[in-house]
Amino acid sequence: MTFLELKDLKVHFPTDDGLVKSVDGLSFSLERGKTLGIVGESGSGKSVTSLGILGLHKGGRAKISGEIWLDGEELVSATPEHVRRLRGKKMAMIFQDPLSAMHPYYTVGDQIMEAYRIHHNVSKSVARKHAIDMLGRVGIPTPGKRVDDYPHLFSGGMRQRAMIAMALSCDPELLIADEPTTALDVTVQAQILDLMRELQAEFNSALIIITHDLGVVAELSDDILVMYGGKCIEYGAAEDIFYRPEHPYTWGLLGSMPRLDRERTERLLPIKGSPPSLINVPDGCAFHPRCPYADRTEGKSNTEVPALLETEGGHMVRCHMAKTERRTLWENEIKPVLETQ
Amino acid sequence: MVTYIIRRLIGAVVMLGIVSMVTFAIFFLVPQLAGATPEGMASRYVGRTATGEIAKLAAERLGFNDPLVVQYGRYVKGIVVGAEYDYGAGVEYCPPPCLGYSFITQQPVFPDLMNRLPVTLSLALGAAVLWVGLGVGIGVLSALRRGSVFDRTAMIIALAGVSLPIFFTALIALQIFSYGNPFSFAAQGGTYTTIQDSLPLWAYALLLPWVTLAFQFAAGYARLTRAGMLETMNEDYIRTARAKGLKERRVVVKHGLRGALTPIITIFGLDFGLLIGGAVLTESAFSLNGLGKYAIQAITDQDLPKVMGVTLLAALFVVVANLIVDLLYAVVDPRVRLS
Repeated sequence: MTFLELKDLKVHFPTDDGLVKSVDGLSFSLERGKTLGIVGESGSGKSVTSLGILGLHKGGRAKISGEIWLDGEELVSATPEHVRRLRGKKMAMIFQDPLSAMHPYYTVGDQIMEAYRIHHNVSKSVARKHAIDMLGRVGIPTPGKRVDDYPHLFSGGMRQRAMIAMALSCDPELLIADEPTTALDVTVQAQILDLMRELQAEFNSALIIITHDLGVVAELSDDILVMYGGKCIEYGAAEDIFYRPEHPYTWGLLGSMPRLDRERTERLLPIKGSPPSLINVPDGCAFHPRCPYADRTEGKSNTEVPALLETEGGHMVRCHMAKTERRTLWENEIKPVLETQ
Repeated sequence: MVTYIIRRLIGAVVMLGIVSMVTFAIFFLVPQLAGATPEGMASRYVGRTATGEIAKLAAERLGFNDPLVVQYGRYVKGIVVGAEYDYGAGVEYCPPPCLGYSFITQQPVFPDLMNRLPVTLSLALGAAVLWVGLGVGIGVLSALRRGSVFDRTAMIIALAGVSLPIFFTALIALQIFSYGNPFSFAAQGGTYTTIQDSLPLWAYALLLPWVTLAFQFAAGYARLTRAGMLETMNEDYIRTARAKGLKERRVVVKHGLRGALTPIITIFGLDFGLLIGGAVLTESAFSLNGLGKYAIQAITDQDLPKVMGVTLLAALFVVVANLIVDLLYAVVDPRVRLS
């Protein structure tokens, strides 16, 4: 049985201006000990997906349908109380900006202890020992002293470590990290990614990394899911996405990724235009207004939503172009440009 | 921290000095600008039938002939080291803090104030418990059910509470709950009993004043709490608290309300400090002999020592309340450093 499986998950928000389809039919699965990277621009539905898995959308506002199976339990139809009991214990989350994600008025230790004591009936002193232990494990020096510090006394990297300690305090089997390194210095980013890799190996948890930074997913992911306009547009093993990508949007993402081994004078290749409004999603393929190859599909891109189809060995692509044409384009036009850049 | 408190206390003394000087100056200089002589001012305190000779003696005895600076100096000296008071038939020692003797009743002011303070304090404390409890509670519920019927109703009532003056709501409340109709269960005005004499009677007499006073304040606190909660409940740390698996109640109280508490504490400190200096309108409406009524009486009698005493005491409360609020900031918000 798969550990985590999403089937046709939809998260829609009715607003005065219309229905916002933040996540529109997303399916994937993930095993224990494996890492999935979800990549996309702002507003592509990455974070909404993760909050949906944790059941953190307010009941009244979001319309959620589809299925989320976690270790044999279906979460969309489960009672909020049941999902609450799983939150923090079975599944936990690391947030983007640890300064705003931690309560400024409570010490770091208190916040870790709180996370632990919700799910474990232990005394304060036991929870405190556990908090100190967790802080030590995420690499905070002199954890016995730092446990009583407030978040604002921590540096950015230390804060993110503390946030990770908090998320891991109940040994969650599913860990979702939403832009875990975005608010951090580059040097600290690498440390945090190393830490997450180590801890994942230690806890054997399933990890979902949500980011717009392909460098981050390249470090950690087994599988990668590329989202655009609330839909998955390409999904596959990390090697597939980096070495054999087939969707023009993924090509664009790869082209806009800065690399240290490139000459500084060379320009990045940004994707033209901006992400679609989720209220007025373009007809047909949501990416077609920005796609340089939309004219190669005999107009189908403008009218018909392409299906997510498997090309080879679990590699899925949502594109109207023929498989052979995509591969030819990649080999002959895109790859050489990316490599010479 | 200690140096901070000491510095603030020195500042408080300076503040009280300024307040007393201004009050003193208004009392003496304004009549003099209008042409009043020391005898003329003194004649107010010796009775209508008194001759000019007696007024002159009174002016001498009250020290009105001395320069204003000397008079003020004498007053301050009395507060610091006490004073000897000649009331005609003998000399009496008035221990510090000597706030002088009433021009009219010849009684020392300080014991008067200490007699009145418990009444005002009783009124303010009971009302404060009510208004903080009600205001914050309603504010939280309103924020959580934003736009609901409850929220709208509560906010309309709150608007009424903020807008309606207390001398209006007090009279309405007295009419409905105190005077001759089937709903009358509350005590009538002027039945105040001290808490030492009888706790139930004390509470019974103060019930209506508490509710009336609390209604006005609770309204503001409900609006303040609602605004604060709407803001904090959208903070990232609330999402984190939920992600930990906390029960919603705990998320709201421990994380949300805690974050919204700072402005409420500030306003509460200032309101309460101001109130225990005398709830003038409420005390008058319900015939409670507290500091507020004392102040009114002092002003209508033009009884300077009483005016000075009640003003200084009220100013002291406000200054101390301010200091406590600032110290509380550091307790409430660990990011605040006192310096």
